[in-house]
Amino acid sequence: MEELFGGFSLGLFFWQTVLFLALVFLLKKFAWKPILDSVNNREEGIKDALDAAESAKKEMENLQADNQKLLKEARAERESMLKEARDIKNKIIEDAKGEAQDQANKMIKQAQDAIESEKKAAMAELKNHVAGISLDIAEKVVRQELSNKDKQLKLVESMLGEAKLN
Amino acid sequence: MSFGKEDNQHGESGSDLRTEIKEYVQHHLLDSYDFNLFSYENGEKHFGFPLPVILWDNGLKVFLSSKFHHGETVAEAGGSYYKQFHGKIYNVDGPNGEIIEDDHHHATNAKPLDFSITKNVVLIMMVFAIMFFMFSRMAKTYKKNNGMPKGMGRFLEPIVLYVRDEIAIPNIGEKKYKRYMSYLLTVFFFVWIVNLFGLTPIGMNVTNNIAVTLCLALITYFITTFSGNKNYWKHIFWMPGVPVPMKIILAPIELLGTIIKPFALMIRLYANITAGHVVLMSIIGMMFIFNNWLGSSLSFVLAFVLGILELLVAALQAYIFTVLSALYFGMAVEDHDHH
Repeated sequence: MEELFGGFSLGLFFWQTVLFLALVFLLKKFAWKPILDSVNNREEGIKDALDAAESAKKEMENLQADNQKLLKEARAERESMLKEARDIKNKIIEDAKGEAQDQANKMIKQAQDAIESEKKAAMAELKNHVAGISLDIAEKVVRQELSNKDKQLKLVESMLGEAKLN
Repeated sequence: MSFGKEDNQHGESGSDLRTEIKEYVQHHLLDSYDFNLFSYENGEKHFGFPLPVILWDNGLKVFLSSKFHHGETVAEAGGSYYKQFHGKIYNVDGPNGEIIEDDHHHATNAKPLDFSITKNVVLIMMVFAIMFFMFSRMAKTYKKNNGMPKGMGRFLEPIVLYVRDEIAIPNIGEKKYKRYMSYLLTVFFFVWIVNLFGLTPIGMNVTNNIAVTLCLALITYFITTFSGNKNYWKHIFWMPGVPVPMKIILAPIELLGTIIKPFALMIRLYANITAGHVVLMSIIGMMFIFNNWLGSSLSFVLAFVLGILELLVAALQAYIFTVLSALYFGMAVEDHDHH
């Protein structure tokens, strides 16, 4: 032990202590603190960037899933719209057919009614006409009768024969 | 301090050479008042420059170490006389005063308080300047370069992160490590750079001075002691989970342990670096003792391999010192919920 501390130099100890402590404090202020702070900041920056990239990736995936879902929905909607349109078309055609039928029936009925009434009118006129002709014939017959009985009969007969043609 | 010194000794007898190498290795491990890069002609000529000697001996005495003439003469300052003996400064009586040794070859002269700027202090200052320059510049590149390091910082950042992620966080914990980062980083780089300087041929060893390792270990001890929480002290004085007699026996052991831990820290760094230097220098010295092609080249290969090993040891010791410091801090702030 004495051998060991025989070489001990107080002066060297003094200078070493002073210089070393000064070095620790100087380096702390001018080197270690800025260096370690920069390194820490950089490491945190890298970590944040990685996290951000990760979350961006996740968001991207979500977006893609959303897109897929939207696409699916859109397709389904299109499908249903097409189906609806087809239904509507069919219904319209059906309706139109029905209406046309009704209209046609109505028109036919009107035409029939018109024909009936025309016929009735024609018949009435004919009857009037026949009555007139009959009166004329009767008048002529009467006048003939008055002059010639045979002739009168023949006339009536011919007249009637003419009238039957009507 | 020279590698050329031995070249002149080739012709001399083996035992002289051995003594010289032994003295040279011992001298190499000592601190010095001169900044001596190398000397030649049997230590007669020196290449280097003197450093200021600062003594407190009835007042402040400052003079240049050149007054000692490399430890050979007595220096006079403010009416007092000083002489170097085994790398220390002692008071002597007058201009021709001598060191009086006792039976164990220890000087009995009085010693002034010595705050000299020795070679090791110069190296500490150099490392101080290098580290401050290096890391403050590195910090600036982060600001300029939008939070990214540039240049030297690209090399240093992984090491800083290694200290944080592999040393501080596992030992201290995610929540509390930040307070200790400045000390751990500084001590890691300081010990490493200083060890590396010790391997350069300028031959300056800071970490093989017990004063330096004591200082570092003391700082670790004080930080540990002052950041110790309730649990830490409870585990020292009244160990939970053991019978009362054991608690009484354990308390002094645990208390002693708090001092032994930093003590071991101090010795480990000191001994590793000193041993490495002694072995390396001895093997280099063996080249001159063998003085033949086989032995000398073997010594060279061995010295080369050992030199590489020492490079590893330089980093390893810095790592161990930092890890153990972090471990002690971790013990001091740990929440013992799991008991």
